[in-house]
Amino acid sequence: MTTIVATSAPEAAVQQPGKLTLLLRYFNRNRGLAVGLIILIALVLFTVIGLMTVNPKHAYPLSVATKQPPSLKYPFGTDFFGRNLTAAMVVGMWQTAVIGVIAGGLGTLIGVVLGFTSAYFGGWVDSTIRTVCQILTPIPVLLIQVVVAGSLDKRDVTIITMALIVVMLAWMGPTLVIRAQVLTMKERQFVAVAKLSGVGDMSIIFKEILPNLLPFIAAAFVGQVFSAVFASFYLAVLGLGPLREPLLGNIIWAAQLQGAFFNGWWWWPIAPSVAMILILGSLALINMGLDELANPRVRRTE
Amino acid sequence: MNFKLIAKRLSFLVLVIWAASTIVFFIPRLSPRNALRERFAELARSGGFAPGDIEKLIANMNEQFGLDRPLLEQYWNYLGNVIRMDFGYSLNRYPATVTDIIGQALPWTVFLLLFTTILSFIIGNLLGAISAWPKSPRWLRGIATPFVLLTGVPPVIMGVLLMFFIGFRLKLLPLGGPYSIGIVPNWSWEFAFDVLRHQMLPALALVFGSVGGWVLSMRGMGVTIQGEDYVNFAEHKGLTGGRIFRDYYLRNTLLPQVTGLALALGTVVTSALVVEQLFGIPGLGQVLNNAIRSNDFPTIYGIVLFITIAIAVLMAVLEFIYPLLDPRVRNQ
Amino acid sequence: MNLATTEAAAGRRQSAATGSPVLRVEDLVVTYYTDLGRARALDNVSFTLEAGTKMGMVGESGSGKSTLALAMMRMIKPPGRIEGGHVWVGGTDLQSLDEEGMRKARLSKIAYIPQGAMNSLNPVMKIGAQMVDAIKSHLPGESRKAIDERCMWALKSVDLDPSVFQMFPHELSGGMKQRVCIAIGILLRPEVIIADEPTSALDVVTQRQVMETIDKVQDDINAAVILIGHDMGLMAQTMDRVAVMYAGRLVEVATVREMFTNPKHPYSQALISSLPTLDNKGEFKGIPGLAPSLLRLPSGCAFHPRCPHASDRSRKEKPKVNMLPGGQLVACHLYDQES
Repeated sequence: MTTIVATSAPEAAVQQPGKLTLLLRYFNRNRGLAVGLIILIALVLFTVIGLMTVNPKHAYPLSVATKQPPSLKYPFGTDFFGRNLTAAMVVGMWQTAVIGVIAGGLGTLIGVVLGFTSAYFGGWVDSTIRTVCQILTPIPVLLIQVVVAGSLDKRDVTIITMALIVVMLAWMGPTLVIRAQVLTMKERQFVAVAKLSGVGDMSIIFKEILPNLLPFIAAAFVGQVFSAVFASFYLAVLGLGPLREPLLGNIIWAAQLQGAFFNGWWWWPIAPSVAMILILGSLALINMGLDELANPRVRRTE
Repeated sequence: MNFKLIAKRLSFLVLVIWAASTIVFFIPRLSPRNALRERFAELARSGGFAPGDIEKLIANMNEQFGLDRPLLEQYWNYLGNVIRMDFGYSLNRYPATVTDIIGQALPWTVFLLLFTTILSFIIGNLLGAISAWPKSPRWLRGIATPFVLLTGVPPVIMGVLLMFFIGFRLKLLPLGGPYSIGIVPNWSWEFAFDVLRHQMLPALALVFGSVGGWVLSMRGMGVTIQGEDYVNFAEHKGLTGGRIFRDYYLRNTLLPQVTGLALALGTVVTSALVVEQLFGIPGLGQVLNNAIRSNDFPTIYGIVLFITIAIAVLMAVLEFIYPLLDPRVRNQ
Repeated sequence: MNLATTEAAAGRRQSAATGSPVLRVEDLVVTYYTDLGRARALDNVSFTLEAGTKMGMVGESGSGKSTLALAMMRMIKPPGRIEGGHVWVGGTDLQSLDEEGMRKARLSKIAYIPQGAMNSLNPVMKIGAQMVDAIKSHLPGESRKAIDERCMWALKSVDLDPSVFQMFPHELSGGMKQRVCIAIGILLRPEVIIADEPTSALDVVTQRQVMETIDKVQDDINAAVILIGHDMGLMAQTMDRVAVMYAGRLVEVATVREMFTNPKHPYSQALISSLPTLDNKGEFKGIPGLAPSLLRLPSGCAFHPRCPHASDRSRKEKPKVNMLPGGQLVACHLYDQES
């Protein structure tokens, strides 16, 4: 029997499309993600440019003339207490972003660490963490946050404390999601192969598993930011936020208290409402888009 | 009947209630504020009390509420009270107990919540299922996205918008209140209809905010199921599209969603609270709001606990019902 | 039991009488459009099959075997597209039917038995319901009694107890589930049955049972059977003919005897020679090189980079399918008529 010798012949190569083209093609299919990102970037630009051009002091009461409707001088008008609503919007959005990112980041971090530990080490560690998460899940988070916020001394409520309150009961979701993902990965071949090749535990964690988790971590992060912003808004609307700060929810609460609609100061609650809708809407879209990314079967192809 | 399973579920339920009660108990006590003292300070400021009187009242209240006893004893008493659903007296409307107040306000909230949850469950899941189904017409698939967007609009803002455009401008539905002024509550169809009309706007505000959640989760589920071998085989069998959608796809996607109902209730509840306030519906939300504003702590804690217990119980009930629906989970 | 008066049976009798094949695939082409480019999953595949014949289809992963099955059932989903060809089953070109027509043809003219029946049955429906709905979707007027009779006949044909009718899929073993799928496949007495690796997920004993079932069933309704697989031993034992696929092209079709004693195409030769035999001791020979990615097919003959007989011609020109005197088909320049 003759042995078969492989002859290497030049293969006809197919042109690979460039990375940018692939990215744009993806955005075309996943329009939700694209639109969400665009809105978010627009908001960020607004905030950044605003911070550079507007006097932040005007976001606080007694800075400018009161109850002015929108005009060239005051693009968003002013409120009952003498805040320049434009300044208020800018500072408020910045603060919302801070809360969102801190709370979101913290929540995601806790989720990743806990979920990971739980899945990777298994045993009683896993059981404990999982059970705790499951027990805490049915507790209506926002209500507890109301209790917490309501118990604090009004002076203690700052932006940072808001972020912490918001994070308190929000980390269970990411924990369970990450845990589920790590569990499936643990069973998969490539981890077994790495272990057999003698790769140390830490190495496996950082080089093999984490990269595969990134889409889920990203999705969890966006979800956390969304919940954080939503929760801080909710608390603020109830009057439980740091009242002096021009948080968007605060503005609406104050507006409602002063009967803004009935008194004809329509611009007062409208601006923060629209802003909030845009922020949450863009986050929702991005979340939906990332959801597609993490679960490839959701992708639509031509 | 698998007793081990029942025991496990029940103990889970108990754990949840215990955890919530403990959180609600300890958090306020961690802060240096003395709720009662503040409250009484307010009362004092409103005039009419001699300084000595206030101290006497405080001592009395402390005794009644047990605030002067050691922490552990308080905790124990507290847990006992929770089990008996005794949340103490309302500070605002003393001598009405918190349980009384909850009882009065509950029917309104329950009605609103049931209406909302069922509606958004049906609409959301159907839209989600359709949007993930490749054979659905394009326009129908597209409807799902705006609803997901709407989750970004907090129900309270949605409520304001609805109130303004539909209630005020178009005058289609009443602006608020549980029922029209002048009607005496009774068990007639007229009254029921009137109540329904008044619940429409707040319900819609809540529905718009929660449909998106169902759409997303159902869509994710739908995509997974759609890729399942049995859906594929159903097509190989030459079944009509409608049959495949209904028996192979919908039934399998809807089932897991049922478990999410109780949790969804929890989320809707919190939004409902603010919406109730907005539309002036005398449900738990309005009571809670007033309690927050006036620092009526027993009422606040009572309502929060009550809602948590209700959700946990609902979860347990749903878990019992689930095996009836899914043959794979039925135990011998 | 009078199930004989169907178009299918009539067509079969006709083809048996005239000797014309009940299945004729002509120039079937399937392309997948991916982000990374276009992949030719099926490249002008053509072959025929007579009623009552069993043809095994072998090839490496990615050679196009399953794609062929799906294309014949018109179940290719985006990003794949059927871009040409005909699939004649008993006189009707399946590719020319509209959506509804194709739906009706599935299971009644051509049936597909899936790979890995583990998950092919709806977990929330009883077995019986899943058989009945197949019948109802094709024969809407059937009486309850006729439907029951048909189901019982099908279950009996695969050696399953009628009590299975009332069970749920999770109550059955793997082998039983596979046999349920076969039962469903024969419910409407199709002319062509495609079995996609029906035994890959099963143990050896169950494998034998399932193969015997397929044999028996085929005898019963005289269908043409295509069995996709990669277990050459199984093919040798049970098939009448064997087809070999490589890189989306059909490279050889021959009777079992010829394929195993005198394979013609260099790839088939390599495949056969790599099989261990009882007297062949020593090192196992694989086939050097890798199967090409369908996105970057070699020019000319797809096998030329691994072929010991590669020539300038095979590097440049795609080989045509040649029909050899014995009736075999080979797609190789070595056998080109003009020499």
